Formats: sequence, structure tokens, C-alpha cells
Amino acid sequence: MLTYTIRRLLLSIPTLLFIAFVIFMLLELAPGDPMANMPLSIPPEIKQKMREALGLGEPWYVRFPLWLNQFFVVEPQYWIDNTFGTNFADGAQRIISFNSRSPVFDTISERLPQTVWVVAMSYVVGVLIALPIGIISAYRQYSVFDQAGTFVSMIGFSVPPFFSGVLLIVIFSVQLKWLPSIYDTTHVVNSWDSFVFQLRQMVMPVMVLALQTTAQVSRYMRASMLDNLGQDYVRTARAKGMSESVVVMKHVLRNSMIPVITVIALGIPSIFGGAIITEQIFKVNGLGQLLIISLQASDIPMVMTITFLLAVLIVLMNLIADILYGILDPRIRYD
Amino acid sequence: MPDGGPSILDVRDLKTVFRIRSGEVHAVNDVSFELAPGELLGVVGESGSGKSVTMMSLLGLLPSPPADVCGGSVTFDGQDLLKLAPEGLRKVRGAKIGFVFQDPMTSLNPVFNVGMQIAEPLRKHMGMNKREAAVRAKELLELVGIPDAARRLEDYPHQFSGGMRQRVMIAIALACDPQVLIADEPTTALDVTIQAQILELMKDLRDKLGMAVIWITHDLGVIAGIADRVMVMYGGQVVEHAPVAELFGNPKHPYTRALLTTIPKISGEREKRLTIIEGQPPIMTAAPSACPFRDRCDVAIDRCAVENPRRYDVGDGHDAACFHVEGAHA
Repeated sequence: MLTYTIRRLLLSIPTLLFIAFVIFMLLELAPGDPMANMPLSIPPEIKQKMREALGLGEPWYVRFPLWLNQFFVVEPQYWIDNTFGTNFADGAQRIISFNSRSPVFDTISERLPQTVWVVAMSYVVGVLIALPIGIISAYRQYSVFDQAGTFVSMIGFSVPPFFSGVLLIVIFSVQLKWLPSIYDTTHVVNSWDSFVFQLRQMVMPVMVLALQTTAQVSRYMRASMLDNLGQDYVRTARAKGMSESVVVMKHVLRNSMIPVITVIALGIPSIFGGAIITEQIFKVNGLGQLLIISLQASDIPMVMTITFLLAVLIVLMNLIADILYGILDPRIRYD
Repeated sequence: MPDGGPSILDVRDLKTVFRIRSGEVHAVNDVSFELAPGELLGVVGESGSGKSVTMMSLLGLLPSPPADVCGGSVTFDGQDLLKLAPEGLRKVRGAKIGFVFQDPMTSLNPVFNVGMQIAEPLRKHMGMNKREAAVRAKELLELVGIPDAARRLEDYPHQFSGGMRQRVMIAIALACDPQVLIADEPTTALDVTIQAQILELMKDLRDKLGMAVIWITHDLGVIAGIADRVMVMYGGQVVEHAPVAELFGNPKHPYTRALLTTIPKISGEREKRLTIIEGQPPIMTAAPSACPFRDRCDVAIDRCAVENPRRYDVGDGHDAACFHVEGAHA
């Protein structure tokens, strides 16, 4: 398993380089001008000078290796310097946002906590709700619970977050006035009261996102459980005198988790990129919102960096899914 | 071993009905039999004759719904298994009655190693701890003839061949020294050489451990080799029941006779075509009110269509459900 992991990690390097190249060239070929938002009173020749100052005067085969160097060498150096107080970077040029003129990683690290708090939390909540729903729905197939679960899943699949989010705001913020409609990102948790406030402002965005996760994962879980409940080994376990809880939660669940784990792991990257709409509705300025703003402003370094980070996450989660697969299923051995 | 003292398992008038959306299927109709300690009872019949369903009904192993064991009694160890609460039934399953299923390729859980799967009933029923269970599991693997048992406990089912997996299944069924072993077509999915090995193993184990065995099969050759008594099933009923030599030497029911003629002969001139029984076995959508075999029977009379023959005793532990049997007209 270890050699397999190392081999896969090594193989992911050319994959990621290729992805970086594709993203870079896509952005290069896409229309858009980072100077488009500048006042019209600035003369064109000045704008051209500004473009050249941003590094846009150089051809792609110069800028792409520069970006690679900044991403893989300079930024880690700055990170090490900040952590251990060393000076490897020696003032080298970091990846700078066209828009804010600040290092993109500074902006990303400002946005990351919101995304982790809200979006990642919603994924965890969604999965934790989905697994029991899937298990019970399958074990009690066609029961009232199963029908209700199917109905909720259908809603989760078919109602987009820009509707469910606004609906929640109308009900809980406007009518009942229980929860704040805007996520206050400057809020600092330092006491019990502030923690409660943090929970209250998280509830709605988390639930809107969790509904979608739950809808998807519970369906997979149900289908997978149903597949396995009819297998011969389940009858064997019962014939051995095992209790129903052992039969279902040990024998069937272990087998059913194998495909579901893959779905869960592969869904993780999408939570960072896929929550853009929900982040907009609740004014959570997370990574998704940052990506949208950067796209609108043709902030190429920012878009490039965020998109590439997502690509890294996807490749990594693929690997993790495969490894978990191997751990859960003894029939799959990679060595 | 007929009349071998008190029976260990006594099944009376067992009825099982599958209630499905399109109606009912009466899979088991008034099946009665008993099993003496140490006896090997063979159960034969075509696919769909209710052999497996009968045995699974005994232990509540059928999914319910749709299955409904709606009548009869199963006396084992002084208690009626059909009236036991689920928890009581679980104490019997695996502990006092072991089960070996047909397809060893799918009957073992693929994600747990065989040591764990053998140890599971040991820990549940015998109260063994992990270490004791592992020692016993190794003994069991040796008992069923798996070489290098200690190392193979760590292996997963996919690392075993079909025959070896069936040995593992047998080891699981034998784990808690059951008084009865129910083997549901244990050799059907295996090729003949492995089948012969498993048969030898079962004969050997029965002599060693002295348990009673119910052996379900559709292979009369297998039955002739190992059974003490044979029960022939058709349409969810027992149509003939006799000691093995008597059944093969003096079959009374036309179905049994027909079954015996379908066995190809290895001596004499080769037949042009294999002998078959014309027609299909019935699907019992209602409780039988006529002989289920009448449509395929070469000696059917008018009475067969209006009355279901009961099992007429012809002596020496032999009975058959046919109006042509001596004494049926009385």
C-alpha cells in the first residue's frame, strides 16, 4: 500500500503540471482585460504601461514557468519563513493579485476560515445526516421513513440553493427573526455568547449546503445497502445467530461503505468551489466568492492559483478515495 | 437409521406462504418429517420444489415479508422453534443448528477474514474470548481439511478456491458443535472432484462428531452415497419418504420413479436422448386441493384431480403420497 501511495503521488506530479498548463492557457486564451475596470480617463498608453507592469507584456512561455516557480518555490519559502522565522525567500516576488495588489495566498488564507467553518462543516453535517438516513431507508425499504427520505432527497436534488437559501432567510430572518441573514465574517469567537452567535449565523448556510450533500450521499448509501442486504453472506451471518445490529451495522455496512466512501471523498473538492451561490446569498466571503470576484475582474493570478489549488485537492482526494477503497475492501490490493 | 430412538428434530405440518403483490405462493404445504440423532436425511426434488424454503422456514431465515411461516410446529430441544422470540431463535441458529449454503462464492462476507467469520459464532454462542476463538477456529479449519490452517485464518474469502470456501462454510456451521447440520445443496456449485471431496469430508465428520445432517440436493447420486433416509419433495410437499435402499430399490411414487429413470446409465447401450420428465413443476398459487404431480404423471386417475393424496404408509418406514400405493383405497 505504501509503495502504491508513493507511486501515485509521483504520478500526480506530471498530472498536476499538465492541469496547471491547461488552466494557464485557458486563462491566456480567454478574453478579458485586468485594466477594464480602470477609469476611462486613463489614457490607453498608460494602461498599456500598467499591463506591462503587471507582467502581461511577456509571452506565455515566460510567464507560465515564472508562475510555477512562484507557486512551488517562492510561496513555500515564504510559508517556511513565516513559520520558523528563517529567510529562504529573500524578498523574492510572490504571486500578486492584479486586483488587490496583495499576495494571493494572503487573501486566500483570509478567506479560508469562513469556507472551512461554513462549507466544510455543512459537508460533515450533510454526510453525518445522510449515512443513518441511507441505512435506515434501505433496512426499512418502502416504509414511511424511506418514503420521507426519498422525498427529502428529491427536494435536495431539485431545489437549487438560491431558492432554498432565500426561503430560509424569509422564514427565519424576516418573519421569525430568529437567525441573522448575513454571515458576519469579522465576528471573533472568544466567549460562550460569541460562540452561540457564531452557531446561529452558521445554521442557515450550513443547512442549505447540507441538504444537497444529504440528498446525494443518502441515495448512494441506500442503494449500496440495498445491494448488500440481498447478498448471500447476510443470510450466512443470520444463520450464524448474529443479532440484526451485527448483521446490518457490521457485515452489511462495511461492504456498503466501499462505494460510498469514494463518493464522499470525491465530493470534498467540490465543497470549496461549489458553494459559490450559497456564499453569495448569505454574504459569506469564502473562497467561492473570492473566485467569482476574481473572475469578474480578470484577476488572472488569483483565478489561476485558486483553480490550481482545487485541482490539487481533486487529485489528492482521488488518491485518498483509492487508498480508503483498498483499506475497506481486501479484494483490492495495489502492491 | 429409522426408529433410532427419540427424534432430535420433529417437524409437523409446516406451511410457508410467500405473500407477494401478485398473489400468494404456497411454497411449503404440510411438510412433516423427523430426524434422529446422528442420522443423515437426504432431501431431493427439482428446483422450486420447496426443499430450501422448508429448511429455511425452520430457523426463520426467510425474509418476512414476503415469507410467512403460517402453520405447523418445529420441535427441537423441547421447544417449538416457530414460537420462539427472535432472540431465542438466534441462540439456536449457529449454536445448535448449523447451516451450509449452496454457493460458497457468495456465502462468505468478502471484507472480513475467515478467522473472524469462524470466530464470530464462537464468541457469541460459546462466550469465548478472541484468543480462545482463534485457537478453536484453527482447529476447525484443520478439521475440515484446510492445510496451513493457522496462517489461513488471516486470509480473506477471495483467497480461497470454491471447494476451500465451502470447507470454511462447513467449519463455520460446525463451530459450536451443532446437533443438527442443514446442508442446502452444498456441492451444487462445485465441480465433481471437489464435490466428492466434500462428500467424503461430510461422511467423515458425521462419524466423528455424531451430529444429525439434513442434506438438500437435486442429485440422486449424491443421496444414494451418503443418506440413511430420503425424502422426495414435489410442489412443496413430501411425496415419498423411505430408507435409502428401499427408495432406490422399490420406489412407490410415480415422481420418484420418473426421477430415477432420468439418471443416465453408465453401463449398457448409450441412450440417444436423456430421459426427461415432461412438463414443468407447478407454481402453487393456492393450497393444494389435488395431486400436484397429476399433469405430468403417467398413471394419473380421476381422483388425483379432486383430492390431494395424503402420505400412505407402506411399512418399513416407507410412505408415499399416491393413490396407487397399496392400502390407499382402503
